[in-house]
Formats: sequence, structure tokens, C-alpha cells
Amino acid sequence: MDNGTTDAPGGAPAGTVFNIMRFSVHDGPGIRTTVFLKGCPLQCAWCHNPEALSGAPELLLRPDRCIACGDCMDICPQHAVVEKDGKYETRPELCSRCGTCADACAADAREVIGRAMTVEDVMREVERDAPFYRESGGGVSFSGGEPLLQHRFLVQLLRSCVLRGFHTVVDTAGYASPDVLLRVAELTDLFLYDLKSVDQEIHRRFTGVPGALIRGNLVRLASWGKKVVIRMPIVPGVNDSQANIEEAGRFIASMGNVVMVQLLPYHTIGVDKYDRLGIPYSLSGVKTPSGGYLNSIAQELLRFHPVVSIGG
Amino acid sequence: MTERVTMLREQSLAAVPAVSHERGLLMTESTMIAGTLPPPLRRAHAFRTLMENQTVVINDRELIVGERGPAPKATSTYPELCCHTLEDLAILDTRSKISFRVSEETKEAYRQRIIPFWKGKTMRERIFGMMDGEWKDAYAAGIFTEFMEQRAPGHTVLDGKLYAKGLLGLKADVASAMESLERSADPDSEAKRDELTAMGICADAVITLARRYAEKAEEIASGVTDPLLKSELLEISRVCRRVPAHPPGSFREALQAYWFVHLGVITELNPWDAFNPGRLDQHLLPFYVRGIVDGTLTRDAAKELLECFWVKFNNQPAPPKVGVTAEESSTYTDFANINSGGLTPDGEDGVNDVTYLVLEVIDEMRLVQPSSNIQLSRKNPDPFVRAAAKVIRKGWGQPSVFNADAVVEEMVRQGKTVEDAREGGTSGCVETGAFGKEAYILTGYFNLPKIVELTLNSGRDPRTGKQLGPVTGDPAGFRSFDEFMDAFSEQVNHFVDVKIRGSNVIERLYAEYLPVPFLSLLIDDCIAKGMDYNAGGARYNTSYIQGVGIGTVTDSLSAIRHHVFGEEDMRMADLLRVLAADFRDFEKTRLLLLNKTPRYGNDDDKADGIMRSVFEIYFKAIDGRPNTRGGAYRINLLPTTCHIYFGAVTGATPDGRKAWTPVSEGISPVQGADRHGPTAVLMSAAKMDHVRTGGTLLNQKFTPKILEGEKGVDTLVALIRSYFRLGGHHIQFNVVDAATLLEAQEHPEEHRDLIVRVAGYSDYFCDLGRSLQDEIIARTEHNSL
Repeated sequence: MDNGTTDAPGGAPAGTVFNIMRFSVHDGPGIRTTVFLKGCPLQCAWCHNPEALSGAPELLLRPDRCIACGDCMDICPQHAVVEKDGKYETRPELCSRCGTCADACAADAREVIGRAMTVEDVMREVERDAPFYRESGGGVSFSGGEPLLQHRFLVQLLRSCVLRGFHTVVDTAGYASPDVLLRVAELTDLFLYDLKSVDQEIHRRFTGVPGALIRGNLVRLASWGKKVVIRMPIVPGVNDSQANIEEAGRFIASMGNVVMVQLLPYHTIGVDKYDRLGIPYSLSGVKTPSGGYLNSIAQELLRFHPVVSIGG
Repeated sequence: MTERVTMLREQSLAAVPAVSHERGLLMTESTMIAGTLPPPLRRAHAFRTLMENQTVVINDRELIVGERGPAPKATSTYPELCCHTLEDLAILDTRSKISFRVSEETKEAYRQRIIPFWKGKTMRERIFGMMDGEWKDAYAAGIFTEFMEQRAPGHTVLDGKLYAKGLLGLKADVASAMESLERSADPDSEAKRDELTAMGICADAVITLARRYAEKAEEIASGVTDPLLKSELLEISRVCRRVPAHPPGSFREALQAYWFVHLGVITELNPWDAFNPGRLDQHLLPFYVRGIVDGTLTRDAAKELLECFWVKFNNQPAPPKVGVTAEESSTYTDFANINSGGLTPDGEDGVNDVTYLVLEVIDEMRLVQPSSNIQLSRKNPDPFVRAAAKVIRKGWGQPSVFNADAVVEEMVRQGKTVEDAREGGTSGCVETGAFGKEAYILTGYFNLPKIVELTLNSGRDPRTGKQLGPVTGDPAGFRSFDEFMDAFSEQVNHFVDVKIRGSNVIERLYAEYLPVPFLSLLIDDCIAKGMDYNAGGARYNTSYIQGVGIGTVTDSLSAIRHHVFGEEDMRMADLLRVLAADFRDFEKTRLLLLNKTPRYGNDDDKADGIMRSVFEIYFKAIDGRPNTRGGAYRINLLPTTCHIYFGAVTGATPDGRKAWTPVSEGISPVQGADRHGPTAVLMSAAKMDHVRTGGTLLNQKFTPKILEGEKGVDTLVALIRSYFRLGGHHIQFNVVDAATLLEAQEHPEEHRDLIVRVAGYSDYFCDLGRSLQDEIIARTEHNSL
């Protein structure tokens, strides 16, 4: 497994970050800053952050903002931008994702997603909201993509947070080697842990990887006594069968470290990103589950765990 | 809510605002008779005439009585200050928003009696007659506004003395001041004797008004057979015979005593921003406790009384303006703003049982008047701020939240004693003052973005074509950003001088022609000094000039520094050309300025540093300069709705803002410029030195979803507490999504009850002008993934 980490000049560990979001209130307790690390070993069909899948920087276009001034074409050092019927397109095979066009774009219609940042770069941003963490019992969350993929970088970041007294959360799908997980767990106060499906076949089919390692890691976190919030995406027709939910419930009940279960209803907010990134979307036609339906699933899971909520 | 309150509230909401000519006519007649008396005595005579003759009206089932006009929302006018023309009255009667019905009888009274008498004699005409050409040009260009051309110097709030002394006690203080005056060899003794005599007349006049209410209640009671109604009316009569003459003995008497005094103040003149009871929860506490202990009051009864009291405020719309255009709508709200919580004068936690009661009243009443706020000190307990947060997140903008510790620090910096400061708080929108002891007068708004425009044009106003400011040079010749800032500073100082010169004249006009002996009776140390409130009788005398558009100014200056002097991707001459064309055919340049400039509200030190520089320039131009009342000029930063007007007179600005569109409001970032969430906005705003102001206004807009549940309350409380720990003065919230507001714009008839936070007050969304509605929709809505 690639650790996704490069070393910046001077030897400081660096990683690829695709967003740092302040005032994040749904990724752990209190007011937090969430650092999104780029790259994910899974390929979940419903992923709402498709720009985070690849570990490499990507060019994101917002055609609705484009005023067709042509500056991107004039400035591109790779000559990768071409004009077609008054529209400016970028040829992916020529584009080096250097971001020169995005910097020049007055309309902010171009953005390079994924920047190489050092630990110091990230911490400078993260420290800004320290007064709010203190007041709210918040802290810093790491999400993705899959943050464990850039584990060397992640461990450095977590260590920096712990030294500053920031509460730490890692939002993970759990697909990493156990020794990576252990190094991260030592520095993490709370895991938000995705449980996409306990059914092997469904897991492989809709995420691209087997589920055994993920379940095993969850058991390991339990044995280490780490607090975990289980997050279950509810995707109609994919992982919401009665049998699937019940088996997930039994699995959750078998562990003593789960503080709560959150149901994350499938939504379509990220779908248009697929278009902008030029990635095909395989779940078109799936509807957002209704509140009543989610409630019935929550009722079912309450048989196995006392705290079940809908939404993150 | 009791059946009684439900009915009174409905009646108040349904009452149609109208212009009443009663006060205007009585004032005209009394001035005709007493016109040759020295001004304080002339005004006292007029005040007595009003108190003795204005219609006394008791509404069905109410417990607290007294209307300013002859019916709820029948609104008095003040022709001695500014006199409506027949055309004004026609516009008020017919405009689509914030209209006032005007009867034929009222028009007749104006045509035959009021207009002919006051023509040429009103304060407004005197003011405009005394201003020099420079002032008039700057005023016409929209560089500043002038509060006192339509409303009297007000902005003061009552402390606790009424409840301890009653008006007779204050009258006794007047008598002893008079006595010591007789023994002294004071060279001003004659003027002081007149002023003190006038105060005594006014105290008696309000006692007379209360007696007339008692008689009216008895008269109605005599014709009523229902024993319950009869006893209610007789109780009104008993209360009105006791207060405000004597110190109140019960919770109910305390409220009624205040209300008569409130009516006296807003009838004597129309002071900005309306008077309020100050620390209502602290003043009422002893009466509340006594009533509960001796069994004469229950919590529910106290709440009902408070709610009846709330209705009285809502029955008094702000007096309509003169010289209005049909499009102008302004507001019905008169800015009485009830303070809760905070500190006691000896510095203890001021939250008490009545505080929680008041929060429940605010929540249940949902009225735009009175406005309400909490004063939040680090000493106040969490249950208090959480209770307030639960009201705030319902979304209609009340209560707003003030940092009580910062408010005290602001006043101590201005030279007040810490005890006076702790009894103070905020009034109007966000203005800091020592209750019962200070005349803190707002003189007008100051258009900071317009100064950038003038600097770019070397003092010439492109809209009027006039050379208004000093010639600071063609900025295309400037070699550094510092040179530009020096020119900007010179322009600011020039117009502050013009403004202050005018304000000094206006202060003297009020002192000379329109003394307010009744208000003077209430504010320390007018009695001891034998000096009128308008002449500097108060212990503290502050004149504020309110800066507007700090966001727009900061982003504009940041754009100049970044693009012209930093990146050098734009030449000054090109920028000037693009602005002159209002970006027509230069959309790319506009987007570059808009999107590629470090902007205020993102916790970006490059932009926030410029905000601090602008603050310093504005502060140094104003703070500490002497006014004519023995006090000083100070700054605060709030817009009310003036950012719309100032935008409408200001051409395109270098932040990418198109000509004639609103400038930023309060100390909030330019609408949509903040892109890193609310914590970044708060960090940016906290970089301002709030303690050196007399108030700043910060708006935040949230979608309802983010404040759901207990976590939502936690989040709101943590944001407020963090901002205050960083030194912020005030924060207020709108909790409504843009979709709802757009829907209300589309179908106003279905959203008549939608209340939003505008600036330092809330108002009905559908009553706002279109451009203000659009501006509120454009404010960045904080959401979260």
C-alpha cells in the first residue's frame, strides 16, 4: 500500500491536502477544523467527494463561472488548454495540474484540487481557530479521501495537534494495515469509522475492496479501547436490506467501544462534481431515502446499540 | 400567553399606523401663547399643555396604560423640530411600505394651523440655515448624514432612580438645588433658576397625566357591570394615583411608573434613539421578590404584566420623517432596546429570576418593538446564555448579544467610573452608554467608501462633479500604497472637520431653542448643575459619529495595494478608467478585483491589517475632540440601514462593487466576501480594537439546520463566548435560509410575519425596501457540510 507521502525540500514531511474546512460541526464534538487528505483506496459508488479519490492533484472546472476570456489558454505553460466553440477545455494528457491557469482565472472558474502542504503549512491553518476549540470542546478532524493512506503525514499532523492540546478525530474507512492503524490510534481521541456493509460481496462490488480488513481493524480498535463512532451510509438498494442492517447491528453490539451509531443517508449533493471532473457516476437514479424510512432503520439498530442518530 | 395578552398583542399588530395631529396642534397653540417666555419655561408650558390635554385612552383589558397618541399607533408629530408638508403627508398616506394613514381632519389642521405657524421657525430650517456651503455640499453628496435635522438629541436610558424616588422625590431634589442656588453667587443663576423651575413644572405635568388616566379608569369603571372588569379598572386607577408621583410599591406599579415616564420623554420631543428602561431585570427584581414572598405576585402574573408592558412599546411607531420620497420606506421601529443580564453596579453577576422571565417574554411576544438584547459577561452563567441562544436560533433576530465586559471597558476608557459603567449597557442598535447619567448622542453616519472614491478622484465627487475635498493629487502619480493612504487620511480628516463644525452648531441650537426639562429631570447631573440635557447637563456628554462600510473600504484599499502596488497586474490609471465606466466592458477586471484580492472576513492578516489602518485613521480623526457640551466626540461602527443610502450615492469601488449598490454593513465583511466560514469572520472582526469604540455591529447569518438540537445551542454559545473572549462588542444572528427569503420576496402576502435582523434591530422582511431585502439575502449564509 502506497503511503502517499512525499518529502518536501528540506526533508519536512509533506502531504496532499484537498481542503481545510473551518467551522466544521459535524465531524466530531464542538467546533472543529477538518483537514481533508487526498487519495482513497476505496471506490465507493456513492462517494460525494470524488475529487478526493485520486492521490494526485486534479483540475476542477466550473463552466458556469467562465467568462470565456481565454487567459487560461494564453498562460498555460503546457499548452494544454484549447478553445472549442467559445469554450475552453483542458486536455488531461497534457495538463500537469500546475495551477497556473487557476491562479490567472479572474472568474475563479478553475481550481486545482490537492495541494502539497507541509505539516507546518497545515498546522498554521489549524491553529487559527484554537480559541473556538477551547470554548466548544472541539478540535481537529482528519478526513479524506482516506487519511490513513498518507499515514506518515497524518501521524506527524496528529502529533502536532496532541502537543498543542487539540482534541483529535480521524474519519476513516479503516482500510489500512494494522500497524499503521496502531500508530495513528495512539494519537487519536475519537475515530469516525465507516461501516459500509458487512456483506462481503456487496462490499467488494460497491467499494472495490474486500471488507474483512476493515472489520478486523474495527475489532482491533475495540481491543485497544479506542472510542469509535460508527458511520453507516444508507444507500437504497445497495446496503439497506433487512439482513444487512441486522448483521451490522450484531457486529456493532459485539464491541464495547462504540459511543454511537450515525446513519448517513445517501444524497446527491456531490453528483455534479463528477461532471466537472469528467468521472462517470454509476448510481444515477438512486433516490435520497425518506425520513420515515431512516427512522425505521434507526429503530432496528436501537436493538443493538443505545445511541443511534440520523445525520452526521 | 394568557387570553388577555393574546388579544392585546393581536390588537397591537392589527392597529393601523396613522399620523395624529393632536400633539402638533397643541404645541402650536401653546407656543403661540407662551412664545415670549425663556426657552425652558416655554417648553415646560408646552409640555404641561400636552400632558393636560392630550387624549387619554385605555384599551380593553390592558393592565399597563398610556398611549402617546389618541389611539394605538396614532403617531405624534413634532412640528417645532421638523414640520411635514401636505405633500409629505400625502406620500406617507399612500406609499406602499411603512405607510401612515392621514385623515382629512389632520390634513386640514396642518394646512390651516400647523404649517403656517411653523414655516421658517422649525429646528430643521434653522439647522440648514446655519450650515456653511462646504457642509451642505458634503451632506448633499452623501458623505455624511445628520441625525438632528429630523429628531432630537436623545440616546439616553433610564437608571434606577425613578423606582427609589418617584417624580415627587426628583422634584424635591429640584427644590433643594434651587435652594442652594439662591444661596450661591452663581453668575448663571437666572438661567439655572428657569431650567430648574421648568423641571418642576414637567414633573407635575406627568403626575397630572397619570391622574387623568386614574380618572378615566374610574369613569369607565362606573359604566361597567362585570365585577371582574370593574375591579381591574379600579386597580388601574389606584396604580395611576400612586405612580409615577411616588416610588412604586409593587412589580406592576414599577412597570406603570416607567411607562408614564417613557411617554413623557417621547412626547416632550422625539429623541433618537428612543428611551428605554435600561436594566429592567435588575430594577424589577426587588419588586418581584417582594411580591412572590408576600404572596401578592405569581411568576405567571409577573409575566402577564411584562407582556402587557411589551405591547405598549409596539403601539408607538417611530415618528414618520419629513421630506420623504415615495420610494423611501424606513421603519416603524423606534429602537427601544431592553437590556438583560450583565453585571450589577458592584460587579457581580446580574442575571436573576426576572432575566429568565424577560427571555420568555421576548420569545412569546415576537414583536419588533421593543427590541431586546442580552449583556453577556464572563461572570454570567451558561444557563443564561443557553436560554438566550434557544430564542436566537428561532431566527427572527432577537435578542442580540453584547459583551458586557467589553462594554464596561469601553466606558471606563472614556473616563466613566466603573460603577456608572456597570449600570450602563447598550441602546438603540449597539451604542454604549451609562444609563441615567449620559447624553450619548448620535450625530450621523459617515460614508467611508465614499472617501475612497474621493481619494481616487483627488477630492472631486464624480457623481455631483464638485470638488468637495482637498486636492490630494492624481493617484496615478502615487509611487506607493502609503502615499495613497496618506491622501485617504487627509480626506477623512477634512470631512470629519466639516461634520464636527456642523455638529457643534447644531448642539448649540438645541441647547438654545429646544431644551428638554422633563428629560433633564431624569438624567444625572442636570438637576445638580441646573443645566438642560441638551446643553450638557448630563454627567457624561458624548457625541458619536458612526462609521459605515468598513468592509467595502478595506477590500477596496486591499485591491489597490494588491493589484496596483503589489502584484502590479493593474495600473492605477487603468483602475480609474474601469471604475469611471462602472466596469462596463471590463467584467474580467471586476472579477479579478473581486476574486483575487485579499478580503476582510477571511482571517487573512493582509486584508485585516488594512482594516486596522482604516480604523486608526478614523479613530484618530474623531476620538477625544471636544464637543460643545463639555464632552467629546467618539466613534462607533454601525449602519442601521444607511449602507443602502451610502451605496446609492457612491460609484464603483475597487473591490469590484458596482456603482450605486449597497456598501457593507456594520463591521460585517462585504456581502459574500467571506469564504472561510463564521470562525474566520469572527477572527477578522476581533482584530479591530472594539474597546476604543462606543459600539460595533456584526451580523451573522446561519441556516436553521446548523443550529438544530443541543449541539446547535452548544455551537452558538461557543461562537459567542469565543468572539467575546477575543474582545468583540456585539453579535447578532439571522437564522433563516436564503430560499425562504426569496420565497417571501416572491409572495410577500404569505410571509407578512417573517421578521429578520436588519442592523441593530429586527423588522418585518416584507416591509423592507427591495434593495435592503436583496442585501440581506446576499449576506453570506454560513452552512456546513
